[in-house]
Amino acid sequence: MSATAEKTAYVGSPVKRREDRTLLTGRGTYVDNMTPVGTLSMVVVRSPFAHARVTSISLDAARASEGVVAAFSAADLQDDWKAAMPCAWPVTEDMKNPPHYPLTDVARYQGDGVAVVLAETRAQAKDAAELVEIDWEPLDAVVDVGKALEDGSSLAQPELGTNECYVWRLDTDATGQAIDDADVVVTRRYYQPRLIPNAIEPRAVLAVPGPAAEVTLYAATQIPHILRLLVAATLGMSETKLRVVAPDVGGGFGSKLDVYAEDLLAVALARRLGRPVKWTEERSENYVATIHGRDFVTEYTLAATKDGTITHCRARVTAAMGAYLQLVTPGIPLLGAWVYAGPYAIPNYSVEFTGVFTNTTPTDAYRGAGRPEATYVIERTMDALADELGMDRVELRRKNFITEFPATIGSGLTIDSGDYVASLDKLLEHLDLDSLRAEQTKRRENGDSRQLGVGFSTYNEMCGLAPSRILGAIRYAAGGWEQATIRYLPTGSVQVITGTSPHGQGHETSWAQIVADQLGCDIDAVEVLHGDTSVSHAGLDTYGSRSLPVGGVALCYAADKVIDKARQIVAHQLEVSADDLEYAGGTFTVKGSPDKEMTVAAAAWAAFAAHDLPDGMEPGLEATATYDPPNFSWPGGAHAAVVEVDTETGDARLVRYVAIDDVGTVVNPLIVDGQVHGGITQGISTALYEEGTYDENGSLLTANLVTYLVPSAAELPSYELDRTESKSPTNPLGVKGVGETGTIAAAPAVINAVLDAVSHLGVKDIQMPATPERVWRAIQEAKA
Amino acid sequence: MRHVALTVNGTRHELELEPRELLVYVLRERLGLTGTSVGCDTSSCGACTVLLNGESVKSCTLLGVQADGAQITTIEGLASDGELHPVQQAFHDNHALQCGFCTPGMVMAAVSLIEHGEATDEGAIRMGLEGNLCRCTGYHNIVLAVEQAAGVMGKAS
Repeated sequence: MSATAEKTAYVGSPVKRREDRTLLTGRGTYVDNMTPVGTLSMVVVRSPFAHARVTSISLDAARASEGVVAAFSAADLQDDWKAAMPCAWPVTEDMKNPPHYPLTDVARYQGDGVAVVLAETRAQAKDAAELVEIDWEPLDAVVDVGKALEDGSSLAQPELGTNECYVWRLDTDATGQAIDDADVVVTRRYYQPRLIPNAIEPRAVLAVPGPAAEVTLYAATQIPHILRLLVAATLGMSETKLRVVAPDVGGGFGSKLDVYAEDLLAVALARRLGRPVKWTEERSENYVATIHGRDFVTEYTLAATKDGTITHCRARVTAAMGAYLQLVTPGIPLLGAWVYAGPYAIPNYSVEFTGVFTNTTPTDAYRGAGRPEATYVIERTMDALADELGMDRVELRRKNFITEFPATIGSGLTIDSGDYVASLDKLLEHLDLDSLRAEQTKRRENGDSRQLGVGFSTYNEMCGLAPSRILGAIRYAAGGWEQATIRYLPTGSVQVITGTSPHGQGHETSWAQIVADQLGCDIDAVEVLHGDTSVSHAGLDTYGSRSLPVGGVALCYAADKVIDKARQIVAHQLEVSADDLEYAGGTFTVKGSPDKEMTVAAAAWAAFAAHDLPDGMEPGLEATATYDPPNFSWPGGAHAAVVEVDTETGDARLVRYVAIDDVGTVVNPLIVDGQVHGGITQGISTALYEEGTYDENGSLLTANLVTYLVPSAAELPSYELDRTESKSPTNPLGVKGVGETGTIAAAPAVINAVLDAVSHLGVKDIQMPATPERVWRAIQEAKA
Repeated sequence: MRHVALTVNGTRHELELEPRELLVYVLRERLGLTGTSVGCDTSSCGACTVLLNGESVKSCTLLGVQADGAQITTIEGLASDGELHPVQQAFHDNHALQCGFCTPGMVMAAVSLIEHGEATDEGAIRMGLEGNLCRCTGYHNIVLAVEQAAGVMGKAS
């Protein structure tokens, strides 16, 4: 690594974001803000039924409607698709993956598309879509993930003869002791509700055809590179004919990590019609047409000795796939498969996932993806085990923490670094638990209607996707590397091109911090380009907290190559040996001759002019590095929630939330804190507010922002954050991922707090989200 | 079609509108002022908030024809002479935006809240922004930004 790796002029500083001014003045380039001349507006006609066959469809009235240019049914477009919609993660050899296409004549979930209408304006397309005449034959639907495998269940995909998609297992048996022979065995069953991601920008695509059969696809996506590959493959296009641009993107949280029907429709129809085609999702449409998260039933067991040493963990998970497999649907449980022991040293490890089809919107990655589902059951059951053992809940956690790193864990992977004890200690410093317990006792003794509860969640996770070899071994179709290019322009300005694709994470700022430190230049000299496949030729995009620990690290290796080349140029120009040059802060000096020096920027000019370069050296100063990480990234930490529960109404409100996270080196504390704030909020919201609910026929009851509660500022407190810092030894920056930690940690902390508030009333379990009704009923049932 | 006159960010526009056109689409599609976002279809998210005769309104809850004769300020009209409005500056200073999509509406709602003297403390700010949803920031830094801006604007309490 270069000598400047230790220099921290920018890395570690709260540099304000360069992205902000554009966004704050209303000049963002979100897809729906772009309307090239001649753009057609596309509307998708969707099934109102969860499972139904189209027995007849007439587009005549729609086609005759004012402003309509074209309308298509599934049959009209069937020859446009050279392959079914892609699923990149066949988790087992015999996994069932029923083919699905952008339009269908058998709807498998409410919202499945059956026709499209294209008109000159959005209003005209919407009006005409109302005129599409469809006769439906409703079919039996299966909705409940917990019942889909029962004998006699309706089938989501009757052709398969089963609702089972796959079974995947990971077992280790380090001690040979049977779980049932342990002193104490605690088994709990949990349902984790279906969540609807709700990025505030709904999805949008704009496909602009060019004169030579090429198409530019502007997409509200997290994955422009993956989208180009898979849209091209699905449509039988050459990748060279498809440019994908992710302009400003209004949040993702995993929901824009997918290849959707509308992406394919827009490109196919722009080619067919020779005009730009734009589709912008409406919010209520987003509720059915964009992937959901969670919907897991988990039976989780912890076994321990009498003194509280945990010997076994076992998870049996039934995970809803929805009606079809989207991009990584079946792999979501696997993203948590190696962390069902959490930060605890548990030698015997067993997980089994059963993927299940239901007639519901497909599930896929939603913030945390597989790891919140694991952490929730672990941390809930840790409290249950502590109660069973008669131990303090915090001390049970502390007693079982992994304390030596690197640590090879029961599931077989190796955690690079961490200090779970330090995080917990710091949490307790901030929390003042003694005062909280005293207040709790007082309120209990007084029979106060507002009871206090404290809940803990000590967690770790694996993110930073990911070592390509491991991804291959677990049957993921692609690798997990990331690419970066650093290019000096003649005057010393620096262009950075990254394969990551930010949608709120601030890479333009933090990547500039990293590069400016590496090259010893002013941060304003560094420009960061991303999100356009014609500029960033190779990359694997932004998801799974991978951008910094993979893409950010790639910047360092590209900088090394730039500095190495500059060293050769400087040595040549100063007529010294390259070995005699020392590099620091952008300047080379000659050992023993302090008056002789030359900057990287001066070397960049020399490389541009190319008048006097070493023999055989190519002109120009730029380098590309492609970095494949040797390990996952392993953040961890300790969170606590303090809640007040109104025992008369069941209303649970957060009073405090304290989070200590360890994400290794912090590049930009403003941005890291922002990621944690947002992540915690989605975890809190999972615990208290959000639940996607279907009726028994598969009709989504929570189908808009009125019936599905995304919390506002009024529902939430401010947060108390602090950090510990265990640098990752696997990369030169020492960084770890941070995008999902809050969401992974928060939900169990909050539910544990709610239960703590009412445990003295006899309440032992409340299903998420802990709505006032659920809390009130739990209290009434405990009384009865 | 109805004839409507609007003054937006100080510029007067004479438009022929369909009676069913929502104000937000008049701003975005007729006038090209795409800074105002559309985040929902139930008037829940507040991304489309603008100032109408000085009051914050969700521009998806009004028809364009209802705004006939009105003075409207959108996010594009807030900064003057290249200087960010104190609320915009405070959002930047406090990292109160991430993806930025809800931000125009959040900023306009905050401007209105502060100017009405209602951004007096954390609780009031949180209640006052109840109609605006953000999925990225958890609101923590938005509250800090509004507190800062209220101070700068002399409306803190």
